[in-house]
Amino acid sequence: MFEEQGITPEGDLIVNVGPQHPATHGVLHLVITLNGETIKKVEPHLGYIHRSIEKMCESLSYRQFIYVTSRMDYLSAHINNHACALCVEKGLQVEVPPKAQVIRVLLDELTRIASHELWWGAMAMDIGAFTPFFHAFRERETINDIMEETCGARLTMNFMMPGGVMQDLHPNFQARVKSFIQQYKHKIGEYAELLTGNIIFKNRMKNVGVLSPEDAISYGCTGPTARGSGVSCDIRKLYPYEVYGQVDFDEILETGGDSLSRYMVRIREMQQSIRIIEQLIDGIPEGDFQAKTKAVLKLPKGEFYQRVETARGELGVYIVSEGGTTPYRIKFRSPGFSNLSVLDRIARGGKLGDLVAMMGTLDLVIPDIDR
Amino acid sequence: MFITKYIQEVWGAVRSLATGLRRTMYYFTHHKEIITQQYPDNRETLVLPERFKGEVIMPHDDKNEHRCTGCTACELACPNGTIKVITKFDIKPEGKKKKAIDKLVYHLELCTMCNLCVQACPSDAIKMAQTFEHSVFDRGLLTKILNNPGSKIMDGVE
Repeated sequence: MFEEQGITPEGDLIVNVGPQHPATHGVLHLVITLNGETIKKVEPHLGYIHRSIEKMCESLSYRQFIYVTSRMDYLSAHINNHACALCVEKGLQVEVPPKAQVIRVLLDELTRIASHELWWGAMAMDIGAFTPFFHAFRERETINDIMEETCGARLTMNFMMPGGVMQDLHPNFQARVKSFIQQYKHKIGEYAELLTGNIIFKNRMKNVGVLSPEDAISYGCTGPTARGSGVSCDIRKLYPYEVYGQVDFDEILETGGDSLSRYMVRIREMQQSIRIIEQLIDGIPEGDFQAKTKAVLKLPKGEFYQRVETARGELGVYIVSEGGTTPYRIKFRSPGFSNLSVLDRIARGGKLGDLVAMMGTLDLVIPDIDR
Repeated sequence: MFITKYIQEVWGAVRSLATGLRRTMYYFTHHKEIITQQYPDNRETLVLPERFKGEVIMPHDDKNEHRCTGCTACELACPNGTIKVITKFDIKPEGKKKKAIDKLVYHLELCTMCNLCVQACPSDAIKMAQTFEHSVFDRGLLTKILNNPGSKIMDGVE
């Protein structure tokens, strides 16, 4: 048992951060043991936003359960839906039409940019820079408007379904994405001016929360958190799904392992996403946007696993089927949970004021950690 | 030298701060590039895209006729039990009994706007409306009956 308040027998102070704290961006509860201003231990407490999504999915059919996963990692809802759709398709052995594959990848990459934009603004706000938040949201709003026009919703789209996508792309989609790319390239310089080149920001991020590649692997970190330590783990490159094998993009790796490296990975990853969109936006193939599937989907008896790269790392969907219309068991391997577990390792020995910078660059989304 | 390094660092800090502030001043003097929408004031001019998922409605034509056959495909497709189809039997002039909807009850408070019911409908009887200001003072007002009173099924819809 640990104490949640007061002073430990060694004379260390215990401080609670959260569950209601503006820097945790959700209901994360951290119990921090402090010696002066030095962190001795960080213990994350979960369970404040547990909605038993995995159990809920067991009572829903294979078409219905996809919408629930939008509520896990709400910033990359499309990519969550994509993972579930891919896993069900694996079981059904359905061939997705090429048009649907391209639409899915385009929407995934737009979601990734939107998610990184929000992270950039929110992380800057956590460490005290308020202006970047509005600049990030300007670009993010443009993406949300594109999503709203094509998918009908801004955040929880539920656009992917087993066999393809729900509707065809909106006729304005191509023109609007192209104008977004122009806008993004025009405004990307502001990001460097406002934050990346700022000396206060650099000093706060450099050599703060250093994560060694060995720790990144042993704690199961994925996504930009691990790539900031030089661990190659991009599922889009290693196990390509949909049309990721045909497009040309780089896996971003930084070797520092500190907060600044994780920051730079995400900033550079946004430009790679723009590169993927530029390659695909002009050559959307003609044809169906949905494969023909049965009215009632039944997966054969067995186990199916599919992993995708979300904005935060590797998301795995594991379905156990007994041959019925609903899954027997569903397990989600969420990237945020592993990335949060490394917080104690990187925060030990650091200062309390730096904890927010470490948490910010881990890019934690609490409903994803606490399903 | 320590002093030179110190002065260099201070100078670099001032310069990087000025770079950031220049961007702020740019938007301070260029009002036209600001894209903020003044939401409650721009209600008249606010146009939502036609695919926006606000709530489920059942369109009726000017003869108060809808296209719903009461097949309950939407009820089965809904993950939350939002839609309840209550059917009755109409007696046709020829004396034949025909299944028709009595009430299509829609619980807006349970709906997650996932669009699965609209996709499942074989006769395009329901669609998504572009409304979004759903707040009401009484919870009971969120339960809606989608078919108009006295409405009939359109001719030729099976």
